[in-house]
Amino acid sequence: MADVNIAQPKPELTKEKQLDQFLGQMSVPLFFAFLCLLGIIAANLNPRFLINEILTRLGRNSFLVLSLIIPILAGLGLNFGIVIGAMAGQTALIIITHLQIGGLPGLLLAFLISIPFSVLFGWLTGLILNRAKGREMVTSFIMGFFANGLYQLVFLVLIGTLIPLKNPVLVLSSGIGLRNSIDLIAINKALDHAVFGPVKLGPYNIPLFTLLVIALLCVVISFLMKTRLGQRMRAVGQDMNIAEVSGINVNKTRIIAIIISTVLAAWGQLIFLQNIGTFNTYNSHEQVGMFSIAALLIGGATIRRATIWNALVGVLLFHTLFVVSPLAGQRLLGIPQVGEYFRSFLAYGIIAVALALHAWQGKKK
Amino acid sequence: METKVLTAKDYLNKEAIRAFFVGFGLPRLIISGFLLILFILAFIMKMDLTILLSDSLVRIGMNGLLVLAMLPTLVTGVGLNFGLPIGFICGLVGGVISMELNLVGFRGLFSAILFSLPLAVITGYLYAALLERVRGQEMMVGTYLGFSVVAGMCIFWLMAPFKNPVMIFAIGGKGLRYTLTLFQHFGKVLNNLLAFSLMGVVIPTGLLLFFAFFCLLAHLFFRTRTGLAMIATGANPLYASSSGINIRAMRYTSIILSNVLAAIGAIVYAQSYGFLQLYTAPLYAAFPAVAAALIGGATLKKATVSQIIVGTILFQTLLTIALPVTQTALRGADISEIARMIISNGMILYALTRAERR
Repeated sequence: MADVNIAQPKPELTKEKQLDQFLGQMSVPLFFAFLCLLGIIAANLNPRFLINEILTRLGRNSFLVLSLIIPILAGLGLNFGIVIGAMAGQTALIIITHLQIGGLPGLLLAFLISIPFSVLFGWLTGLILNRAKGREMVTSFIMGFFANGLYQLVFLVLIGTLIPLKNPVLVLSSGIGLRNSIDLIAINKALDHAVFGPVKLGPYNIPLFTLLVIALLCVVISFLMKTRLGQRMRAVGQDMNIAEVSGINVNKTRIIAIIISTVLAAWGQLIFLQNIGTFNTYNSHEQVGMFSIAALLIGGATIRRATIWNALVGVLLFHTLFVVSPLAGQRLLGIPQVGEYFRSFLAYGIIAVALALHAWQGKKK
Repeated sequence: METKVLTAKDYLNKEAIRAFFVGFGLPRLIISGFLLILFILAFIMKMDLTILLSDSLVRIGMNGLLVLAMLPTLVTGVGLNFGLPIGFICGLVGGVISMELNLVGFRGLFSAILFSLPLAVITGYLYAALLERVRGQEMMVGTYLGFSVVAGMCIFWLMAPFKNPVMIFAIGGKGLRYTLTLFQHFGKVLNNLLAFSLMGVVIPTGLLLFFAFFCLLAHLFFRTRTGLAMIATGANPLYASSSGINIRAMRYTSIILSNVLAAIGAIVYAQSYGFLQLYTAPLYAAFPAVAAALIGGATLKKATVSQIIVGTILFQTLLTIALPVTQTALRGADISEIARMIISNGMILYALTRAERR
């Protein structure tokens, strides 16, 4: 038996492997597409509503999901630390709200202001992750919680005590801490409706400018991966030791990857919030990492391989499920919560499965 | 070694001080200092220290077993059991079954534990089988497995065929409530057992004894053959397996033990709190327990019972007195939740980034 296996011609084996790999890559998105289809049938939704909803969510979430790709290629795994980027974005939003600059200029200013914050945070994240090689994911995950604590300390306790901010719109009536929710009417849909105004195609609202920005980001990411820096990141992602031997500064490359991801996450959160139009000071960022990562994995990415298409398909499938499942639960079982819990079960479950598969395959090697 | 000590006699004192700091651990020192400051603040502001101490004692006994659940997996080198919610939920299921049968008092408590045990052993075995296959990523897989189990069980709580009217939603007649009151069943039975008041401080004797009993059991267990084999597995897996220890079996046992302790811990927690919290409540159950174990001085590869006890006392006392003290000092801003987040996650980060360099 063993002889037969060894004697098998090599090319055929790799071909088989390729097919295997292709099926492996496609099986997750296909499975979820099937689930979406079932959900759509069960929920019996008005297709117009569904498509509108998905278009909105595609514009709202894609940028955040795309921010995950670069650290994966650089071998850092799923960057749960994009939560920290989201906090940088929100800090910028709080500043422009305080300065009362609205509209597209305000949003662009927020993009600018978020850069120093997110570069600093990304740099610190990178430094810490370099001290926890092989445990990047759990470390970035915990770092998200830790940063959340610091974020709350700054905006709930230090504002009004150490940081003199006396804006009645932002600060609680006691004079300490920011309000729980901040209205973003001034920049609501500033990017979605930029340049072209509110675009309608038949009955569908299209966040045209945001979609263009997302397309631009896709181009930039694929261009970046072709540059020398991108090649270096790939090399580090393949094997840190070999990269080190061939003269690449591994630690620096990893830090750059995390900084880029953090900056993109900050901008992604700004895009997300300008679409929603209001923001929960202390909660809006919390779920960002989990939802974005679940979407990327549902799109067929793994912990070592992710493409732009994984991100876009993932957003499409994940958010279809997101819209459909409460209604499906309501119609099938009469309890809408079942659908909601099923939805979070799927989000957590897909991450658990992806992590387990990754570790499992890593062990087999 | 000896000559080195002799020649470096001048440095002996400095070395001794440094050894003390390293041995005691910088984080533990910071936390103790923080705790001391809070106590002094409470004293200056003339707050009722007896209430603070009583509450601290209750919180220590309430959380102790959950922290102790970290011990077996740390000892065998599996790492922090972030999958604690799995065991926790087994305990909740035991509690719910006991309530459904209308068992009250200690009968209710012990039957809850009894019902949860087989579940905890089975799920513990399955969990161990998974963790064995994902070695190196145990913590992350455990975290998200725990999360998905909590989310999946939410559907169970909604659909499960429980009939006792005190447990199910008043409207609709189906699905368990978010929080179940235990006062008619086994709420606070351990807390009130032999409880007495000492200079105004209420001592929840039964609760503390229960925790102490399990600590003693754990202490004795790690002196048995199996226990020693576990310690060897964690200290040096290669050496352990070459001296005939089945390291795989040791890892499995440690995970199952951890799961069982988490289940019992969940029931003790619930009886002390007076409520069974279902649905998404157990989602972050692992984090305070993990942090307490690390504050006690445990590392990812080594832990002792005394570290667990010290960690639980430090962390829970800190959390208990931080809320009233800072609330008085900061005119209503609640810093305790923030302090919990920063301290517990900061501790975990410290442990994660330190172990690599050894």
